[in-house]
Amino acid sequence: MSRVHDMGGRFGDGPVDGRPDLHVFHEDWHARALALTLAAGSLGKWNIDVSRHARECLSPQDYTAFGYYEKWLGGLAALLVDQGVLSREELAGTTPVQISDLAAKKLTADQVAGVLARGGPADRPSDIAALYDVGAAVRTRRIAENVAVNGGHTRLPTYAAGAQGRILRYHGTHVLPDSSAHRLGDAPEPLYAVVFPASALWQHPENPRDEVVLDLWQSYLVPA
Amino acid sequence: MPHDHSDHDHPHALLPSDPALRVKALETILTQKGLVDPAALDAIIDTYENKVGPRNGAHVIARAWSDPAFHAALKDDATATVADMGYYGRQGEHLVVVENTAEVHNMVVCTLCSCYPWPLLGIPPGWYKSDAYRARAVREPRAVLADFGVTLPEGTAVRVWDSTAEVRYLVVPMRPDGTEGWSEEALMDLVTRDSMIGTGLAMVPA
Repeated sequence: MSRVHDMGGRFGDGPVDGRPDLHVFHEDWHARALALTLAAGSLGKWNIDVSRHARECLSPQDYTAFGYYEKWLGGLAALLVDQGVLSREELAGTTPVQISDLAAKKLTADQVAGVLARGGPADRPSDIAALYDVGAAVRTRRIAENVAVNGGHTRLPTYAAGAQGRILRYHGTHVLPDSSAHRLGDAPEPLYAVVFPASALWQHPENPRDEVVLDLWQSYLVPA
Repeated sequence: MPHDHSDHDHPHALLPSDPALRVKALETILTQKGLVDPAALDAIIDTYENKVGPRNGAHVIARAWSDPAFHAALKDDATATVADMGYYGRQGEHLVVVENTAEVHNMVVCTLCSCYPWPLLGIPPGWYKSDAYRARAVREPRAVLADFGVTLPEGTAVRVWDSTAEVRYLVVPMRPDGTEGWSEEALMDLVTRDSMIGTGLAMVPA
């Protein structure tokens, strides 16, 4: 089964509020939550896949009730405790706070521009050869779950599981999130953009000519 | 590793329940531990409030409309081509552009989280991160477009890009008629953020 974040195709949500939205951050604390998450990430205790999984592991009740940046804060609090950066007592304010061994890694204001500009590319060399050419027919795994870790992170959405499509584009070899999110190594492998006719995904497609494209790792695919 | 927690057991529940107070408490603790410099937080916020935003993307689109050699380079290797303009960084490490035509309209979503090309468009708007957009854009893109007041011509197919990896997609909207000979600067003003996500079209000159 999937987790609550895997909501592509779900029924029952109302209209999208697409009215012009001129504020980058609607509340000061939204900006603070984003900046705090980025600054804490630069301590180097987790990668982007670990941090996504931490947000996905919020309980369905919390995930649904929380606003966007509340989810970020929830994920951040879990990571800080799980990685031993903070104790639960420190978070709760029931014990005096000590200077951390990681303090030397603190992101300083003068480093911000460089760190944001450098980013963190996800392509890596790999010994795994690309099996599919552009145009090849492929099918996704029937079960959209992490193969190695029960309830683990994956980037195959449930709505695209067991569907037939074709390779649209080859992206090279990238870090496999299913591995990286659980600190099992980068495990880079070929990544493709795979195009699916809407009729392969939905019982009642809006228009039979429409398509959905997903970026999918080679181990998510079998020949069709 | 994080585990499934009922809500009262999760570390966030140790912090104040009001989110503004929760973030303030966490910032205070991390600052006292020597792990966070509040001035660095200010610098991050300043970057995304004032320096990095959809004007970057509009610059790329206006140039693609004006300069065929640049347009070809962008289609061939968007990451390197926009990096030459100074647009590279976090959440924009692997960029692909997808081009709208009379036959195909492209639209970008991230159903699993909120992946978005930050160096070109900045921080995603609230609606892009909303459950409604994430849930509906892949299944009923035309109904979602209608929420934005956009109706496509009968013969146009919709191709929705679900950003499931670290590749970020930027839509090249169709250049509006009546803009022949316009300068790059003038064209930039027609390129809205939504037109580069695919929930809008470029503005038509008045």
